[in-house]
This record gives sequence, C-alpha cells and structure tokens, in this order.
Amino acid sequence: MSSVIVDRRPDRGKSTGNRQRVLKRLEGALRAQVDQMIARRKLGEHDKSADIEINRKDVKEPRFLLDSKTGAHGRAVPGNSNYRVGDKIPRDSPQGKGQGSGPGAGESEQEDMFRFALSREEYLSLLFDELELPPLIKKDLLEIDENRFRRGGVVRYGNPSTVCVARTFKASIGRRVAAEAHFEEALDAAEAALRVARSSAVPARVEVAEMELKEVRRRGADIPFLDPIDLRHRSLVEVQSPRTAAVMFCLMDVSASMNESRKDLAKRFFTLLYLFLSRKYAKVELVFIRHTDEAQEVDEDTFFNGTQSGSTKVLSALTKMREIMNLRYPPSRYNVFGAQASDGDSFGDDSSASSAFLLSELLPFSRYFVYAEVGETASESGSLWTAYSGIASEQFNMATLTARNEVYPALAKLFKKEQPA
Amino acid sequence: MLPRSVTKSRLSGSEWTLDDLLAIEQMCARHAQRYALDTFPNQLEVITSEQMLDSYVSSGLPVNYGHWSFGKQYLIESGKYRAGANALAYEIVINTNPCIAFLMEGNSLAMQALVIPHACFGHNSFSKSNYLFTQWTQPEAVLDYMLFARNYIADCEERHGATQVEQTLDALHALRDQGLDKYKRPRKLDTRKERAEQAKRLSNAQDAMRQGEYYSVVPHAAKSAEAMPTFPKEPEENLLYFIEKHAPKLEPWQRELARIVRKIAQYFYPQRQTQVMNEGWATFWHHRLINDMYDAGQIDQGILLECLHSHTNVIRQPDYAPLNPYALGFAAWNEIKRACQSPTDEDREYLPGIAGKDWLETFHDVMRNYRDESFLLQFLTPKLVREFRLMNIQTTEGLDHWVVSATAGADGFKAIRTQLAASYRLESYLPEMSVVRYGRDSDRKLTLQHQSYGGRLLQDDEAEQSLKHLRWLWGFEVSLEAVGENGKTLKTY
Repeated sequence: MSSVIVDRRPDRGKSTGNRQRVLKRLEGALRAQVDQMIARRKLGEHDKSADIEINRKDVKEPRFLLDSKTGAHGRAVPGNSNYRVGDKIPRDSPQGKGQGSGPGAGESEQEDMFRFALSREEYLSLLFDELELPPLIKKDLLEIDENRFRRGGVVRYGNPSTVCVARTFKASIGRRVAAEAHFEEALDAAEAALRVARSSAVPARVEVAEMELKEVRRRGADIPFLDPIDLRHRSLVEVQSPRTAAVMFCLMDVSASMNESRKDLAKRFFTLLYLFLSRKYAKVELVFIRHTDEAQEVDEDTFFNGTQSGSTKVLSALTKMREIMNLRYPPSRYNVFGAQASDGDSFGDDSSASSAFLLSELLPFSRYFVYAEVGETASESGSLWTAYSGIASEQFNMATLTARNEVYPALAKLFKKEQPA
Repeated sequence: MLPRSVTKSRLSGSEWTLDDLLAIEQMCARHAQRYALDTFPNQLEVITSEQMLDSYVSSGLPVNYGHWSFGKQYLIESGKYRAGANALAYEIVINTNPCIAFLMEGNSLAMQALVIPHACFGHNSFSKSNYLFTQWTQPEAVLDYMLFARNYIADCEERHGATQVEQTLDALHALRDQGLDKYKRPRKLDTRKERAEQAKRLSNAQDAMRQGEYYSVVPHAAKSAEAMPTFPKEPEENLLYFIEKHAPKLEPWQRELARIVRKIAQYFYPQRQTQVMNEGWATFWHHRLINDMYDAGQIDQGILLECLHSHTNVIRQPDYAPLNPYALGFAAWNEIKRACQSPTDEDREYLPGIAGKDWLETFHDVMRNYRDESFLLQFLTPKLVREFRLMNIQTTEGLDHWVVSATAGADGFKAIRTQLAASYRLESYLPEMSVVRYGRDSDRKLTLQHQSYGGRLLQDDEAEQSLKHLRWLWGFEVSLEAVGENGKTLKTY
C-alpha cells in the first residue's frame, strides 16, 4: 500500500481571505467597538491587538429549523437511575434540559456573543479609516520596520546568492599560490631523488623514484582553480535603525466648556500624533499637562477623565511645559513635540502673552508644536486663534477640529514634513 | 524501504517524528489485514492548530470557495479555542481517495497512535464500503470538484462583483439543508463533464433568452388557472435543484452557484446519517489495533495506557445528557461481537440473524449495508439498553414537563429502540420541505410545503429570514405552508 505523509505545517493563512470577508461584513459593529476602545485605551496601548465581542445576530445565517417548543416529540435519554414509567420531569430541570439525541440537536444552544481578537493591523486600520487618513500615510504607520540590515563584511558561509565573486577569486589565488609553491618544492625534491637514483644505477630505485615523480606531477595537476574553501560571502547584519528619544507634551484646556465630545476629539488628535511619533522614534515619553487657570502635570487617566473647574489661562500650561522640559527633557537629548488642544477660550492679555511665550520660549527648542482648536463651533475667530495666527514658524501649525475626519488634516503638515522612514 | 523507526524495537515516549507516524500506519496496516479492513491508500497530513481550525470551517475539505460565513466560523472556533473552552479534535478525516487524515502537530506519540488507526483504518474502511458512501459520494472526484467550485466562484466574483456573489451564496446557504436528493441517487461528480455541461447550459440559457424575446410577443390564449395542470407534477424535495432549473429571474451563473452549493451539501449527506455507526466503527478498530500493536511489542505500556485513557474519555456518556455517538456506537459494535461469539437466549430472541455467526463476517456485512437508523433498529440489544439505562420521554406543546414513557427493561425495550432509531432519521431534526406548486404560466408564485410531524413547526424568525432569502432568489411571491399528518394546513408564512 502506498501511504504518504505530508507535513502541511508550513502552509499558513488559508483562512485570511475569509477573515477579511467577515470583518468587512462586520464593519459597522467593529467600528462601534473600536470607537469605544479609543476612548478606553491609553495612548500607548493602541499599538496592540484588540479583543472584540460580536453579537451573533450581526452575522446570522438563517436556516429552516424545527422549533423544539412546538408539537409533540420524544427522545431516548441515557443514564436513568431514578425515574419510572409515568414520572414527570420538569423541562427546565437538569435532566429535562439536555437537547435531543439526534445529531442535529443542540445547535440552538449557542451563546449570543462570540469573541475574537483583532490584530494590531486590523485595529489600527479601522482607527485610521475613521480618521480618514490618506492611504500612503496609513501604510507607513501600519508598517513595523524596526530593523535594518547593513553590510557586515565578508564571511566564509552563506547562501549562494550572497557569494562575493571578487573575494572568492582572491582567496582562490592565494590558495593556489601556496599550493603550487609547495608543489615546486616537491617537484624539485623528486627530480633530485631521480637523479640520485639514476646515478646509483639500481633499476629498482630508479623505478621507485620515477613513480614518486609521477605522483608529484599528478598532485600538481590536481590543484583546483576553485575550491569550496575559497568561497566568500557578503554578510548582512541586523542593526537597530538609529532612533532617538522624543517627548510629546499633551496640553489640554479642561475648563468646563471642554465637554465630553470635545475631549473625545482631542483624544483622537493626541492618539494619532502619538502613533506617528512612536513610529518615528524608538522611545516616546508622554507628558500630560492640563490647565484651567493654573496648570498641573497629571497622569493619562486624570488628563482625559478628570474634571476641574476654573477659568482659562493658557500661559500657565505653556510655562509648565517649559519647566518640565528644562527639568527632565533637555532639548539637546530629546526631540520635543507639543500638542495643544483647547476650545479657544482665553481672556484678557492671556492670548497675546501665550503667543509671545510660545514663539520665544518654546518653539526654538521644539521640533514641532501643533495647536488644535476643538469643538463643534470651533472657528477661526477665537482670541487664542487670532493671537496664534501671528506666529510664523516652520515648526508651528494650527487647525480647527470639528469632526473626526479633520484630525488628520490638523497633523498633515507634520506628516508631510517628517515622512516616517 | 521501511522507515527507520520500523526497525526500532518499540515506540515509546511522547515525542514523534514523521517516520514514526508512517511506522504506526504501516504496523496498523499489517494488523488490519487480518480483519480484512479494506481501505483507500492513506495520506497523513500533519497540521497546526490554526490549520485544524481551517479544516473545521470547511467540514474537513482541504479546498473550499471563499465566503464570509467560513471566516465567521473560524473566528468563533478560534475564539473558543483561545479561551480554552474547546479542545480541538485530534484528527479530521474525509472520504477522499487517497484518504486524507489531518493529524494535529500537538498530539503526543500515544495520541497519534490512537488517531491513526481511528482515522486511517476505521473511518477510511467505513467510507470505502458503506452503501451510503459508495452510492452517494465520489471520493476520487471531490477534491477536483471543490477546486472547480472555488475557481468558478472566484471567477464569478471578478465578473459579477463580490457583493452579488456574496448575496447569492448567502441566500443559497440558507436553503442548503433543502438541497438534498434524499431518495434519487445523485449523478457522479465529474469535473470535466461538469465544465463541458456548464458551457452547454450557459449557451442554452442564452438561446432560450433570445427565443423568449420572440416568444413573448405571441399572444397567449387566456387560460384559467384551474384548467392548467399543476407544476411540478410531483412535489420536489430538492429546493435548490428546483431553483437552479426553474427560478424565473436568476442569471445563468447564479444557477451554477445553486448547483455547486447543493452538490456540496449532497456530499455530506451520508456523513450525517452514519455518525453513530461510523464513529463506533472507528473507535472499535482503534481500540483493537492499539491492543494488537501492544501485543506484538510494537508500542510500550506507557503508550498503551495513555491511549486507553484517551479512549475512555472519548466514550464517556454522562447521565441525562445527549447521547455520545462514540459511546453508543462503540457499545453497539461490541454488542454485535458479543452476540456473535457468545449469544444468550435474549440475543437469540432479538437478534436471530446474527446470534452465533462469525463476528468478523457479520461486522463487514453490517458496516456495508446499514445507516444509523436501520443499524439501531436492527442491532440494538436489550443488554445495551439496560447498560446505558435508557428511557423514553415524551412531551407535547404547552406541557412544562416530560413524561417518562418507557424505561430499560423487557417491556420498554422495543419502544426505546424505536424512539432511539427514529431520532437518527433525517426528518427528526431537518424539516421535511418540498415545492408543491409553481405558477409557471400565471403569477410565477412558488408554494412550498413543510410536512409537519406531531405538530412540530418551524422556528418563526429563522423561517422568515430564510424565506426572505428564497424570495430574493425567486424574484416573485413565495409562500410556505406547514401541513400536518392529516393534510390540514397548520400555519402559513
């Protein structure tokens, strides 16, 4: 009998196509969940796979099925130890519950929900779709290219495609020179021996010496032009791409006028910037500064979820940023990024003071500073907006954010400037 | 040349190599010869858990067309597997020739020694000889056909758009269970013929369409609906077949899709009717062959004990739970053997046909000629009913309890046997439906009938949604009526 064994383990990903189909079908439900997840996840957690829960109703495949609640029916049940003919068993008792004995039974007893994990790419892709990122940027952000290869000299092993011809020939020449030098010596010795043998005129010795000489000549002819030991290969070594540290300052006005939907929008703005920076820099530190009329450094949870009341003083946050920067993130060692979200309220001379402070004290030390004016009614007429529009700097940009698809345009200039490598 | 490990004195430990698997297969083959197990050549395929999940969603077929429902099944199964709620099957085998058995890479050597005889000799010999399989499936052709189906559907997606194809398949899948020829034997699968005829069907359809245009301008003599003979003359049980041939509005490629879906559904028709027999048969033989290998000194005691441990788990039957086909099947085959070898008076009374006969001959005869229903009806022994402590329970609509109507014992045996066998009839879990009227020359309305037994009706929401799919395919009005045993209409949808 001709039995065969096949190792199928290497063929993977047969289900990928169907997975994409079902994810596409579930798009609505997935979007809703990703939406909640953006609110729930911390900035640093977006780069991970996500657990999703889906109601079976969303992907129902109907069939004609018999309803077990109707009609008369019976079944055979195993393991009876307490009942006699005529006894009654409540339908919802453990003994009465087991589904019918037929092979089709039991299918209706399914949970309503099922769970699975979205991969990092699938999750981010939904997130980016929502933010309406241009395809190229999306691709750049999705790719992980942590490691680069660079030439690492010449080595003696490797696969045939990496053979370094010039170095292999060089090695071959060296080997042949060495081998042939030895051959010359041996030849001279053998010829001398033959002469001595002939002079002695003993036929047996002559014969031996002749054989010796022949053998030496044969060995000389055997020196190969190329030998496996000549092979040299170019080697590639993996190197971590040179990345430096960055720090991202998140500044947000948390006065009462910043309601939930505005904060939600602001979170997407910070998230996208963070994802972009984490792609570009090996390590991105996050600093959260919230402010009303005074600024505080807080943790991420408090930043997005805490409430505080007071009026608004933007300058306090900018001062705080400089203070922390000088203390912990010297611009000589960190690429400093600032992102400010506010609904644009500021009073008195705060706007102009902030603008001046930003221009003179922060921008010279920052790679980039972006201001987003958040809110359904954000317009280009607020006092902060007017003051900031006076800043003419390559490192500064500002935008209004009224909807999710405006998050990307707000950061687009930066993305264009610093295309992730 | 024999693989290296055949020459090794005895298999032991839990690690294995591909050679070991082949060695087990060959040892089993030698023992199986003694029992005259006739098998297709075996093809063992080692797969990962991920690939096992792939196989789950396409019922073991290694090739399948693309559809989101398979992706959904994958998500559900892999979610359950990740959560640890479900252990994966150790093997999957399908009736192809050669017989492909998928073995999980995570199985220990002992597990492999269990699943190879189970799949490669048990299921393999069953599907080669059982009458349902020989009459209804073509193990040589199925993989070719699946490949043809996959390519054809991929091609349709390109030509007609993925959404169109998806919607059609969604609708067809809802009617999958009604796409079976239960009595008429289906034609053999033949990919080459299928392709040639497909081309013919397509060109015929175009001709018909062209002729139809001329035909339609000729005025019809008005006929009254009563005067016309009903069409179809006899009720048609294969709804998908009827749609393929008669749906007024479908495109030719959609008819082809209907054909593919019903051909594949038909392929699994024998499987679902022989679960108890087939699993019992395979369990019986893995148990036997493992013991033979141990007796021949080919596996060590550690492997034998681990195999027996798994074996007892497989045939566990919890009380008051659904019947485990492995347990019931294994016990039933063992009872046949016992009744052959050492029949009691009871066996002579209830199983006169086999009591005292040669057990192996009887085994082969039974395996060839029965399916679950007839198998249990013929060979269930009173002893098995007692040992399983079976009882019959009944209920009717509106009752909040079951009534025990028979218990294991001389007087209850026949009733239990009847009830148990009946529960493995297709109609007991698949509604019996048929096309009874098609207003071909009038309003093109399609009328379906659900033959209800004991007043059992369809699940309302599922039926409504399936009908929605059917109406979309049909393009005209569709009605469904449930009819009781007395011919009275119980419900109309």
